[in-house]
Amino acid sequence: MSLATAEPRHEPRDAGPAPAGAEPAVVVPVAGRSPSPLPEPDEETPLYAARRKIYPQAVHGTYRRTKWAMLAVTLGIYYLLPFVRWDRGPNAPSQAVLIDFPNHRFYFFFIEIWPQEVYYLTGLLIIAAMALFLMNAVAGRVWCGYLCPQTVWTDLFCAIERWVEGDRREHMLRERGPWTTERVARLGLKHVLWLMVAWWTGGAWVLYFADAPTLVKDLATFQAPFVAYLWIGILTATTYALAGHMREQVCTYMCPWPRIQAALTDEHALNVTYRYDRGEPRGSIKKNAALREQGAPVGDCIDCLQCVYVCPTGVDIRDGANLGCIQCGLCIDACDTVMTKIGRPLRLIAYDTDLNIKRRQEGRSAQVRIVRARTLLYAAVIAVTGVVMLYALASRTTESISVIHDRNPVFVRLADGSLRNGYTIRIVNKQRVTREFALDIRGLANASHEFIGVPGSTDGRRIVEVGPDQTREVRMVVTSRAASMPPSTPIVFQITDVASGLQAQANDYFRAP
Amino acid sequence: MAHERDIDALTGTATTGREWDGIRELNTPLPRWWLWLFYLTIIWSIGYWIAYPSWPLVSSSTVGLLNWQSREAIITDMDALKAQRGPMVERLLKSSLAEIAADENLSQFARAQGRPVFLENCAPCHGTGGGGARGYPNLLDDEWLWGGRLEDIALTIRDGIRTPQSKERQGTMPAFGRDGILKRPEIEAVADYTRTLAGIAVESGANLELGKKVYAEACANCHGADGRGKRELGAPNLTDAIWLYGSDRASVIEGLWNGRGGMMPAWAGRLDESTIKALTIYVHTLGGGVR
Ligand code: SF4
Ligand code: SF4
Repeated sequence: MSLATAEPRHEPRDAGPAPAGAEPAVVVPVAGRSPSPLPEPDEETPLYAARRKIYPQAVHGTYRRTKWAMLAVTLGIYYLLPFVRWDRGPNAPSQAVLIDFPNHRFYFFFIEIWPQEVYYLTGLLIIAAMALFLMNAVAGRVWCGYLCPQTVWTDLFCAIERWVEGDRREHMLRERGPWTTERVARLGLKHVLWLMVAWWTGGAWVLYFADAPTLVKDLATFQAPFVAYLWIGILTATTYALAGHMREQVCTYMCPWPRIQAALTDEHALNVTYRYDRGEPRGSIKKNAALREQGAPVGDCIDCLQCVYVCPTGVDIRDGANLGCIQCGLCIDACDTVMTKIGRPLRLIAYDTDLNIKRRQEGRSAQVRIVRARTLLYAAVIAVTGVVMLYALASRTTESISVIHDRNPVFVRLADGSLRNGYTIRIVNKQRVTREFALDIRGLANASHEFIGVPGSTDGRRIVEVGPDQTREVRMVVTSRAASMPPSTPIVFQITDVASGLQAQANDYFRAP
Repeated sequence: MAHERDIDALTGTATTGREWDGIRELNTPLPRWWLWLFYLTIIWSIGYWIAYPSWPLVSSSTVGLLNWQSREAIITDMDALKAQRGPMVERLLKSSLAEIAADENLSQFARAQGRPVFLENCAPCHGTGGGGARGYPNLLDDEWLWGGRLEDIALTIRDGIRTPQSKERQGTMPAFGRDGILKRPEIEAVADYTRTLAGIAVESGANLELGKKVYAEACANCHGADGRGKRELGAPNLTDAIWLYGSDRASVIEGLWNGRGGMMPAWAGRLDESTIKALTIYVHTLGGGVR
């Protein structure tokens, strides 16, 4: 794998046979270059490269169909999910997926996450990262080729481009030709369509942060908050720029994943591979046919460059693994079409490994090893994290208490010599009704406690009322009349829902000199 | 043409021609738009020079076309904050201390307002948590020299203790020794006697008889015959476990000899009315407030 090849380096070769031999992945060095003296630092080698425009050609086949299906599913989810409803009762939003910033809540179907529970996000991120690694270990950049938003939207924008301005050849010819009215009209139409998709993308984004139907209405009547319009504007601009104009350059220059991926991959990962053992020596149909007649060694590749033309990143996969390749498999479809036409077996380009090519060359059978230490490890981490998260979700309670001990002073001596500790407690009520909680403190003999500033909860039963789906912070003091106390006594704060009897506890200490 | 381009065999990428110990530097060119972006940031920064204060002059700096100032920005923010808190502050001003304490919302607001004021103004003497120090009363316990009800605390904050402004809180402990009112043995004896009032064991041989006599003559007036103190004079209760300057014999003798009379500044005029109310509620709810 050539890490230094950031820019897809291959120009479609116009003529001339490619270097023959078993190692087409290696570009033959400039002949006759003397090893020394080395040239001076070269002022003529440009440090900046102009972009080479790519006109991906339309293609049909298994992987193209898979990609269309993925595109439909992922974009469908993205654009429509905010409109899915979920009944949570009268006091809560009825949007299935909602990030409610003003009220500090995240709703996901039956799950409601509070800000202090963002650790669920940690679990999700671990699972996401491991899933990415697992995909990579099994089949390289599956994420890049099929699921990444950059790929999906670029795919959509390319489709629009082909639809309006024609497929590769037509588009290229038109761009070389004069500025006709038609050309301008088509160009304009393309950008209008692009902008509409981009705007819709931004519009869907903001719907995740407020009640979607209401917001749509507000947006249409120009009554939505400014920040909604701002975000739609930002997302429209980024989508238009990244999917319409930046395209493969996001993957080559901006995205960190290809670099990480290259460092993580191993020789067993199935990557889109040109089976040069079968393809070389390449040559035109006629030349190859003639050679075949003579019984000379002939490869299946007819050097038609279809695989290069369909590639959305402009890579020639026949050069071997390349950082520019997003493993979308479109070159497989292109080559399969060619192979069908010339009556040769399919999958000259396929998901395969270099290892297998070598094995085949040595006359051994190919081998696919999906179950190996690294895939097992990733799967295990996913499973463990998933189980932990499920357990945490399932054992989630609707009430909890947390306690902070006063730090300064740690304890106070009262006039009668008894000791007092101050605490700030916070009681969480995750139910949608107001609840009353009774507080008990265990672990201290001869002690009393008192809430400060909570009306009606002096002596007798200490009751704190907490509103629906809310928390309440209460300051309290605990006084111990014991004759002597150790410097630290563990105590338990326990709340009990007066109505249902549900309980929650928190541990702290009672401090003494 | 200066020379041939040097191409790396393995990658097919041009090199810069530099080589270190056989390692050659590949020239993987950056995209040109990256260069444009870089130029764009430079142009953008010129906009900043013009719009915002930037160039240092001898004693100031250029002002910038927008005439933006960090001080004004803060004032704007503070005004916005004040406007936002306005209605609650209004309610603080209109309500009596008892009403504020009884209204949960309002008292919560008062506590939140009072805390930073306490930390800024009171913490240097009373400690960040109100725990006090030697000579500076602990505000969390249940012993108050001048009273721990809401009105007592408010008055203490407004007028201070032993200040010219304070009409009521002037009482001091006389310097019995220094001023020659009592003799050394008498002071030692009354110190021992006073400590027994709080149940502290004294050394054998202490002249408690003399102490009791001196106490009745010199101390009982302010601290009461039973030693329970008098709030209106700020004379502390001598029978409890709380000793502002310490209950050891040397400290008590020192107090008797030199007298005591800590000052607390008056805050009326320095803090506005709503702030004093908020601070009162805050101190009252630290834990020691008397209802
Ligand atoms: S080389 Fe093939 S798999 Fe790689 S990006 Fe191009 S078309 Fe997709
Ligand atoms: S599409 Fe297939 S036959 Fe055509 S150039 Fe590519 S690998 Fe060769």
